[in-house]
Amino acid sequence: MSTSVKPYGDTMNDGKVQLSFTLPVEWSEAADEAARQLVAKMGFEDVQVAEGRRIASGFSFFVVYASTPQAIDFSTIKAPSAKTHAMSMEEVDAFVNERLGRKVRVAGACIGTDAHTVGIDAILNMKGYKGDYGLERYHAFETFNLGSQVAVEDLVRFAKEKNIDAILASQVVTQKGSDVRNFTALVELLEAEGLRDRVVTICGGPRVTNLMASELGYDAGFGRGTLPSEVASFIALRLAERPALSRS
Amino acid sequence: MELRIDRSSVERCRALAQAIAAPVSDFIDAHSTVAVERSVLRLLGVDGVGADEIPVPNVIVDALGADAKADGVSLAFGRAVAETGLAPEILGREIAAGSHAVTDFARVPAEAARAALRPHVEAGLERVRSRRVERDERLARLPQQPAPLLYVIVASGNIYEDRTAAVAAAEAGAQIIAVIRSTGQSLLDFVPYGPTTEGFGGTYATQANFKIMREALDEASERLGRYVMLTNYASGLCMPEIATTAALERLDMLLNDSMYGILFRDINMKRTFVDQHFSRMLNAYSGIVINTGEDNYLTTADAVEQAHAVLASQFINEEFAHRAGMPDRQIGLGDAYEISPDLEDGFLFQVAQAQLARQIFPQAPLKYMPPTKHMTGDIFKGHLIDALFNLTSVMTGQTIHLCGMLTEAIHTPFLGDRVLAIENAQYVMNTARHFGEEISFKDGGRIETRARDVLSDCERLLSRVAETGMMESIEGKAFADVSRPPDGGRGFDGVFARGPEYWNPFEEALRAELGLSAARGAAAAVR
Repeated sequence: MSTSVKPYGDTMNDGKVQLSFTLPVEWSEAADEAARQLVAKMGFEDVQVAEGRRIASGFSFFVVYASTPQAIDFSTIKAPSAKTHAMSMEEVDAFVNERLGRKVRVAGACIGTDAHTVGIDAILNMKGYKGDYGLERYHAFETFNLGSQVAVEDLVRFAKEKNIDAILASQVVTQKGSDVRNFTALVELLEAEGLRDRVVTICGGPRVTNLMASELGYDAGFGRGTLPSEVASFIALRLAERPALSRS
Repeated sequence: MELRIDRSSVERCRALAQAIAAPVSDFIDAHSTVAVERSVLRLLGVDGVGADEIPVPNVIVDALGADAKADGVSLAFGRAVAETGLAPEILGREIAAGSHAVTDFARVPAEAARAALRPHVEAGLERVRSRRVERDERLARLPQQPAPLLYVIVASGNIYEDRTAAVAAAEAGAQIIAVIRSTGQSLLDFVPYGPTTEGFGGTYATQANFKIMREALDEASERLGRYVMLTNYASGLCMPEIATTAALERLDMLLNDSMYGILFRDINMKRTFVDQHFSRMLNAYSGIVINTGEDNYLTTADAVEQAHAVLASQFINEEFAHRAGMPDRQIGLGDAYEISPDLEDGFLFQVAQAQLARQIFPQAPLKYMPPTKHMTGDIFKGHLIDALFNLTSVMTGQTIHLCGMLTEAIHTPFLGDRVLAIENAQYVMNTARHFGEEISFKDGGRIETRARDVLSDCERLLSRVAETGMMESIEGKAFADVSRPPDGGRGFDGVFARGPEYWNPFEEALRAELGLSAARGAAAAVR
């Protein structure tokens, strides 16, 4: 059976997409035509410039509809999720109690110069996110929220001193790749300090995917909409998989 | 459209805010900080950087011993001016270059130091005053469009790209441009120097960057026939220095909150209170409108549950601003549209909160912040939520309106995003311009009941804080569920007690100009 898919407008395989963008030119009919040709050059077919207008001197804005001739074989896609075996808070508490027999120590921080703690707070704070309680509320966890703008050196030192089992590193600001740079610096330092295999490393943020996290050398990555229980379940299960960790 | 609320409760809230602020004022009057002293040097004309790019004001203040520092940098620097006869800017550079040490002139009498600085203090005040006059003239000649004033941010990291974005936004209808700072600048204990083209999540606040943006917006203002305002952030460890450079480069607004840095950046509370008082006196004199940061409570806490904390913070910010000589028209108290879009009647609650603030602070240019917490990658839904935010703002007569971006949760705004946001606001505000004047609230209905509940919860919170004390309450998690100890956090080592000889000529002059009583600290008692 074919698993080839294309965007769906109103008919199977019509390949319809919507695009909008700004061009740094004064608007004119030529600007509309330039937008159309540009989208055609991107490989789209049946390009229609639905809207084109001046938005500031030297700038024009376009809304374009077009069809793509491209399709994707869905059966070949690999993007493993870290959320597949989610448990409830009670289940995680019971699981950790039974399998580890002690509290799991979790440290979280917004690393580098990033000051946006909304993500790490949603996961760690008692209150949690969307009615799903944060890790501070779990019996299974002893939680340390180090807050914003934590240097990776300080986070690693803290992890060492407190015998941390799982590190949660958060990045919201992604401008010019600062998130990837900070995430990489953390993993490299953990590696250098010989801690990499002793802690569960998790990164999070609105632009983080689990695939990206594994490429960076993390155990898991959690993106937008993640619930605390999903992170909690992952930590518990990953620790239980590592016999060396579970009874330290 | 008027809410029937308990006016006596409002009066009690104001009295409680006074009781909360009074002991903090006593602390402020008896202390100074390295940042306040550096601001004094900047006002005297000291500028530039020395070795390793260290700003000259830092070099000079850091060179003072504990005793000299307790007297304030003005005495030590004034002695050097008296002895060398050099202008402050030149003297500063020579000190930074190592030709003089600021500590070399201890034998010069204090009176000579005071006399030597007097003309430079006058000149500094005159520079600030002339920028204010210049703003007033331009505003009279190039009037703004009616409020809500549309405010957008630029944040590319590169001041020249920001300039392009700011001018394009102004052409599209923006009336206020804020240059978001590079993430982390609030934690730097110095102000970077010169034009900058690298930043993360924003662009460094430097005097050169202020100047570049001001010139571009002045040019756009002339072309558009309406004055476009410029905003930056007087927060973090260099709060009073930013207030100083903003005054000198004619910024029109500054973000400045009484608790934001303490709660959300872990900046020491004593440092913040002292820095803030001097900053706000300067803001008052410069004619700069402050924007307070109540929106931040709602990004971490629930907007329905914490609504009363927003109102309580507005009362506290107002009181601290009054104590620094700020008139109501310069106190842009904050609020935000952050209630979950899933909540039934959430819009009613937003209207209740916004209208409550409008009635309690009738002269304040209220600053209304857009939804951020519940914005997702779904730009279509985001644009719709922004439209209801825009409606709330025009209905309730908010003054400073930060336009919500449909791409809020995705990236710092693209040029096109900003235009779409402005057009959204323009459409809604035009089509519903006088809606608020045409309707009335149902007596004891959902909106009015909500407003009354928020006010009474606010009064309860303020009484608790008044009883416990401001600093102790912050330690006890009364705000934003964050605990900060009075002697913890960043920048505490830069706070020091004023000695009996402490002298800050700008503080003296500003107190006189703003009609404030003299500092009741040790220094005032002696003189």
